[in-house]
Order: sequence, then structure tokens, then C-alpha cells
Amino acid sequence: MTKQRFTLAAAAVLALAATNAAWAQKSAADGIAEYRKMLEDGNPAELFEAKGAELWVTKRGPKNVSLAQCDLGKGPGVVKGAFVELPRYFADTKKVQDLESRLVSCMEMLQGFNAAEIAKTPFGRGEMANVTAMATWIAAESRGMRFNLPQGHAEENHSYEIGKRAFFYRGGPMDFSCASCHSVDGQRIRLQDLPNLTKNPGDGIGFAAWPAYRVSNGQMWSMQLRLNDCFRQQRFPYPGFGSEATVALGTYMGVNAKGAESIAPAIKR
Amino acid sequence: MADPMRIRAQAAGDKTTVRVLMSHEMETGQRKDSAGKPIPAWFIQEVTTAHNGKTVMTAQWGPSVAKNPFLQFNVKGAKAGDKITVSWVDNKGDKRTDEATVS
Repeated sequence: MTKQRFTLAAAAVLALAATNAAWAQKSAADGIAEYRKMLEDGNPAELFEAKGAELWVTKRGPKNVSLAQCDLGKGPGVVKGAFVELPRYFADTKKVQDLESRLVSCMEMLQGFNAAEIAKTPFGRGEMANVTAMATWIAAESRGMRFNLPQGHAEENHSYEIGKRAFFYRGGPMDFSCASCHSVDGQRIRLQDLPNLTKNPGDGIGFAAWPAYRVSNGQMWSMQLRLNDCFRQQRFPYPGFGSEATVALGTYMGVNAKGAESIAPAIKR
Repeated sequence: MADPMRIRAQAAGDKTTVRVLMSHEMETGQRKDSAGKPIPAWFIQEVTTAHNGKTVMTAQWGPSVAKNPFLQFNVKGAKAGDKITVSWVDNKGDKRTDEATVS
């Protein structure tokens, strides 16, 4: 009896040692990947997707029309595949636009909203929250597709070059540029992996992961808000919503990510 | 009126796994707004789930549950085509009920 108990205890100790060894081998990045995997199953981004899908077909605004005729670059009303080809040049606004600035243009041209008013609204409030929800849904419609931004128009090339300049531009009280953190492979800030955005960082990483739901603050973050926060972390002045600099950075990252699979809307810590 | 829930119910063998995403602020009452005034508590208090109209689980929730909560549970004996209903009531008396069919 005593012997049997001893054997059992020894087995338990051995099992414990084995688990400990397995834990020790797991890197912090593996742990985070596992955590994300667990969260993926119930990504609250789905709630924003559902809201965005409904907003798209709802008759709204001073003109009381839906966005069904909005041209996201692939023709009026075509949503599938639009996300992986943005930012791009639009002849009607004579500008390179990203998903969110394009949505706001559509809301102004079709529904009669005041674009400048929306651009001034803080993230997560009023019509800005609606823009984010629609961007989430539009991104979700292209899930699994690969980035392939058009670079055929001179303005699109121009936007890429501006984006590249902005990416490497050092300034602010910390003398930071985007490149300070995002131009080397395998960098980390605390426990977050920092993608190398000067090339294709891989499927579902960097530009191919936003919009994303942030678990830590329960907010849906669009690309514009992601960039806005990058500027804040560099202690730069906040960029304007849909400004040329933010769209150009989007073009730069998007063109570099050519061939990367979009997993947006993703889930982040 | 609260936003709809997302409910998925998948049968495997004699049990069905139900996954629910609820859209709710889940404000604890501990936070303050930018003017320094406390933000009043606002959270889901009671969750009831039913299988073909028969209650299979009730839960009492508090302010410690996350924003936009995710709930997963198993229902024994639920088959494809059965109805799963999930309802919640929050501390302001707001309620929401959604239904899904087991697949």
C-alpha cells in the first residue's frame, strides 16, 4: 500500500516536471499567439460587422438614401475585394483615398452628410462610430483575400512616395519615426511583436490585420485610429482624419504588403 | 433597444456547443468620465438560456464581466433543428432575447 502510494506520488512529480519543461520552452510570443487563438472564437468584431452591414443598406442622412451605390474602387456597390485594393485613386474626388476617407466621401456625395463634420468627430462617437463599423464590415467581406493595391495612376505612385517619406521621417520630442520600431524583423515592444512594415510582413500581420477589436479597452480600432495612436506614441501632433499623410502611409504599407492575406477584422490584446 | 446578439449553436454527438456574443457596455460604476464624475454602473445582471422553450441555464452576472461578453456552454441532448434562446436583463431593466437554430 505504502509502496503503491509512493509510486503514485513519483508519477505525479514526474508529470509535473514534464509540464514545467513544456512551459519553459514556450516563448512569450507563443503565449500571446495562444491567447489570441482563444479569443478568436468569440471576436466581438462580429458585433461591429453586423452593425456595419446594416448601416450600409439603411437609408440615412439628409438625403435619406443608402450607400448601395457607393463606389469603393471596384464599381458602384461592389464591396467584396474592395478592401484589399485600398487606398487607391478616385477620379470623382481627384484624390487617393483609403477605406474610411472614401466612406466619408460617399456619405457626403450620396447621403448629404457633412464630411468635415464627420472628420472632426472623435473616434467611437456619433457618425465616426458608424464609419468604423462599416469599415469593419467591408474589411470582413474581403477576409482571406490577398492585398493587391493598384499603382497604375501617377497619384497612386505619388502617394506611395509620400508614405515612404512620412514613414522614415524622424521628429518630435523623442526623435522617432515609424521606421524606428517598424523596419527590423523580430522587434518587440513589451510583449507585442512589431511587424516590419518596409516589406510584406506576412499573412494577417500589420496592414492586413486592421480594423481590429482591442480586448483591453473594448474598442473597435480602424486603420485611421491605429495610425492616429502611432502618431500619439511618437508624441507627434495628431494627424487629421483621412489626411494625405495617413492615406499615404496606408498606401505605403498596403503596397508593401502585396500578396499578404487579409484576416481583418482581427482581434488584439 | 440593445444591439442583437450573435449566437452559434453546433451539435456534435449528444451535446450541442452554444457560443454567444453579446453587445453591451458592461460599465462597472468604478470609472470616472473626463469631467471626473463617476460613470453609473450598467451591466447585464441575469442571463437565461432555453432549449426549445425549456430553461436550461440561468446565470447571475455582475460588473466584473467584460464589455461585449462572450459566453459558451454545452446543452446535452440538443439536436440539429432545435431552438436555443438566450436572454439577458441589465441593471437598468433593458432586455434582449435572441434565438438560434442548432446546426
